[in-house]
Amino acid sequence: MDKSKVNLRGKDVLALADFSPEEIQVILESAKEMKNIIHRDIKKVPALRGKSIVTLFYEPSTRTRSSFELAGKYLGADVVNITAGTSSIVKGESLRDTLYTVSAMGVDAIIMRHKAEGAAEYASKVVDPVIINAGDGAHAHPSQGLLNLFTVQEHKGRLEGLKYVILGDITHSRVARSDIQGMRKMGVEVHLAGPKTLMPRFLFEEEGIVVHDNVEDAIKDADVINVLRIQLERQKAGLFPSPREYARIYGLNDKRLALAKDDVLVLHPGPMNKGLEISPMVAYGDHSAIQEQVQNGVAVRMAILTHALTGGNKA
Amino acid sequence: MKTLIKGGRVIDPANGTDKIADVLIEDGKIAKVAAGIKDSADEIIEAAGKIVSPGFIDMHVHLREPGQEAKEDFVSGSRAAAAGGYTTVATMPNTNPVVDTAAMVRSLKKRAEDAAVVHVEIIGAVTKGQKGEEMAEVGDMTAEGAVAFSDDGHFTKSAKVLLNCYDYLRAFDKVIINHDEEPSLVEEGVMNESHRSAMLGMKGRPTVAEDIAVYRDIALAEYADARVHVAHISSAVAVDLVRQAKKRGVKVTAEATPQHMTMTDEMVVLSDSSTKINPPLREQKDVDAVLAGLKDGTIDCIVTDHSPHAQEEKDREYIYAPSGFPGLETALGCLMTDLVSPGKLDIVTMISKLTCEPAKIFGLNAGSLSVGMPADITVIDPDLEWTVDEKKFYTKGSHSPFIGRHFKGKAVKTFVDGKLVMDNGVILEV
Repeated sequence: MDKSKVNLRGKDVLALADFSPEEIQVILESAKEMKNIIHRDIKKVPALRGKSIVTLFYEPSTRTRSSFELAGKYLGADVVNITAGTSSIVKGESLRDTLYTVSAMGVDAIIMRHKAEGAAEYASKVVDPVIINAGDGAHAHPSQGLLNLFTVQEHKGRLEGLKYVILGDITHSRVARSDIQGMRKMGVEVHLAGPKTLMPRFLFEEEGIVVHDNVEDAIKDADVINVLRIQLERQKAGLFPSPREYARIYGLNDKRLALAKDDVLVLHPGPMNKGLEISPMVAYGDHSAIQEQVQNGVAVRMAILTHALTGGNKA
Repeated sequence: MKTLIKGGRVIDPANGTDKIADVLIEDGKIAKVAAGIKDSADEIIEAAGKIVSPGFIDMHVHLREPGQEAKEDFVSGSRAAAAGGYTTVATMPNTNPVVDTAAMVRSLKKRAEDAAVVHVEIIGAVTKGQKGEEMAEVGDMTAEGAVAFSDDGHFTKSAKVLLNCYDYLRAFDKVIINHDEEPSLVEEGVMNESHRSAMLGMKGRPTVAEDIAVYRDIALAEYADARVHVAHISSAVAVDLVRQAKKRGVKVTAEATPQHMTMTDEMVVLSDSSTKINPPLREQKDVDAVLAGLKDGTIDCIVTDHSPHAQEEKDREYIYAPSGFPGLETALGCLMTDLVSPGKLDIVTMISKLTCEPAKIFGLNAGSLSVGMPADITVIDPDLEWTVDEKKFYTKGSHSPFIGRHFKGKAVKTFVDGKLVMDNGVILEV
């Protein structure tokens, strides 16, 4: 792996499909250094001093937005948040005009979360600032994919050959898609399990993806299990009959977890429906890396911002 | 006034003609088609190296009048038609308000006379407001000259309503054109449901939605012994349903667009809504099946489904943009470059599907160069290389997946009733 030529300056971070394994590895290594900064007494380095970043969120978020905001601030950038519900977007201002407006203020990067698949890609064609996709519909969530990779690599010391299971609503999940793209590139074997109504019909088994009919088969000997949140509106849409049935057949509880490897790692993108897709015991148990993911998220986002805005790894 | 078009390759499938010949126009009508015409003429047009064809007919366009003039109107739309070599278009009624009364048909026909540079036929709605509940006054509309009926854009939810309409319309010998996609399966779908949509996380419009709709609409027509026309067919299974129905003697006809015969869902790019159409671009197997259906007679005519939208409507998030793009000015370029040139479709079949076959289905006095016919003629330069430039479009529609494409083959002259309306890409204003 030749990482010496990697220069991500100016590269829009839209989806992990756009990144080579070398580029991903460089970001993960930078994230490791960034993690040290988060533990310091004075959480400030000048890597992005003088840079301006706007977070533009059309959908609610606790983790991702504050994570990006703190990442930018720890690096010394000026960060401004725009939330759709409290901006002129409420007056009907189009995405294009919002982007033009923000861009006109001399912003270096726009971190965007939007309900429409492809919104970040559209933004990258419309305005000059670097676009960082913080989630576009069910399409991609590259920073989440990267923080998952980072978390797994930190615990396991490697990525190649691991059995990584994604459990739940794959169809509506940008986290699942970013995992599929990112994990496979790094040699991880991705296994998918969940209700068939929430599994894309044409997600064929290709190199590195295994689709399971049965949850227990998927979980057997797993190295990592990423549990996805199930939204109750999916039940209203007729995609599963009841939360009780979902928890019973698809929920990750201690009994199911025992089928996995002894050192299995449990991930969850949050927020969790405890007692539904994940039991509280598993969520807060010894195998859970869920809170670490949040901390790693800040470090990974610091790495992403540094590389995208300066091309370097100046910690 | 006599015009002589000299030395072109005259392809007139209605009369089985494919030969080098001259075409004489007199007083707006075809006077003679033969080699070496010696008659004097007021105007002589050299057509050596060109193809001379009956003017193209497009039975599925959206000219957006009344009510949606930001997207298109009869002025811009008819000029787009002429620029593309079309001399007759039929405009769909999914406007605002919907064209569902005789008064509206009458008014639009007058509007066409005043504003359009090509023949504009009016398609009326099948049901009032296209709501799929109550039959519209189809008899009244027929009397005012409606050429066909359609609730295009909408699938008729109630089988009973459609069956009643099939029965009632038998008295008027007008066909119903059906938009076949089962609504509950395509509700939020924005592209074909496939491996591609699965990986992109986009909600899909599956082929099965089209297949069950086509099957139902054909089955009901068969039951009623009524005519039915399947709009913009795109699915391989649906094509075969039409094929089998024709074998059984069902009075079914079908149409397909150039895009559904040449483009797949691999072309979908999330930042550009130009590729967003209903039914969507499908997979290669479907594209191949539609082309095969065109060639074996299952599909009777080529249409564009010309669906222009205003710039700000299409220049936005893919999933929120409306579906459709303007196709009149690019259809021939696409057909010639992507199908005829590579030998996938012969030019005589192409012209037949653009002229005599639609004319027959819709009972039009057009589509051939028979003596006495209105002199609606398209002259094609098969060797002309050109690049699609939206700044040169006559349509108001801004987005098209063909923008920037290099095509070889273009209509260079369009005659409507013997009058030269388009010359070398420019509409001649009177």
